[in-house]
Amino acid sequence: MKLKEKIEKLIVEAVLELNKDIKKSELHSPNKETKLYGGNATLDSLSLVGLIVDVEERISDELDMDIVLADERAMSRTSSPFRTVETLANYIEELINKD
Amino acid sequence: MSKIILLTGSSKGIGKYLVEHFLDSGHIVIGCSRGESAIINDNYTHFTLDVTSEKDVISMVRGVKKVHGRIDVLINNAGVASMNHLITTPSATAKKVMDINFFGTFLLIREVSKVMMKQKYGRIVNFTTVASAFRLEGEAIYAASKAAVENLTQTTSNELAIFGITVNAIGPAPVETDLIKAVPKNKINALLERQAIKRFGSFEDVKNVIEFYMDDKSDFITGQIIYLGGVYK
Repeated sequence: MKLKEKIEKLIVEAVLELNKDIKKSELHSPNKETKLYGGNATLDSLSLVGLIVDVEERISDELDMDIVLADERAMSRTSSPFRTVETLANYIEELINKD
Repeated sequence: MSKIILLTGSSKGIGKYLVEHFLDSGHIVIGCSRGESAIINDNYTHFTLDVTSEKDVISMVRGVKKVHGRIDVLINNAGVASMNHLITTPSATAKKVMDINFFGTFLLIREVSKVMMKQKYGRIVNFTTVASAFRLEGEAIYAASKAAVENLTQTTSNELAIFGITVNAIGPAPVETDLIKAVPKNKINALLERQAIKRFGSFEDVKNVIEFYMDDKSDFITGQIIYLGGVYK
């Protein structure tokens, strides 16, 4: 499996885990197009924080890489890297490659 | 009940005293400082690092999570003081003091609260100083860095309350440690005179407030700054 696919898989697992708490119908079967944050997306800022913490931990545990998903654009509704599963995966791949 | 405690600045002074006390009380302690630690105990792990290094702090916190599974208490004790007139303070000194006292505290809170959020429990204790409350001349940069810590304490207490995490701060009165050894005696005496209770603070005084914040029964205590010796803003 390519790195990008592994990352998307980890994000999807984290979304499913988060959705056990927040129970949003839009997040029942997440895929790379699933909207996460910004615009008419599903997560509020608090849920986004929970997702970020879980994704960082999964990347650390399963890929053995310590990354920090902190970004000036995090809370932006238009340019946030957390808009969809795919934009988040792209962002994480960028961070990993930068290291 | 045994707690997992992470304490910065653990190799000397108040930090070393607190580590030894918590170990004697049956807790598991993880400490860090720029130098090695002389403490040898099966329940103590030491990391040699600089609290301003994001990479090292992340690596330590994630390492602790992997070994112990949780972190119950974070004590941000690491700090440096600087006594100087504003006019004769080098900019490099100002940046270094802000870096260690404020940025280091921020980094530790950010990373440890990620662990605490998942366990829906945590106690964070930061260190400020009576010099901040006094607006103490000769300590402009040190006091300003601690004022930043106080504001960070109160704002993060708002942000983290929903996760069962409390964030408080203690502001010791002068305690006879390395931090104040270079301060002239007459300056220290003048400072003690401004306190309601005119004596040096002790390590026991500091421990007492920290244990109050750490107590499971203190789950309704957050965003508070306690100065020792009867000092207030």
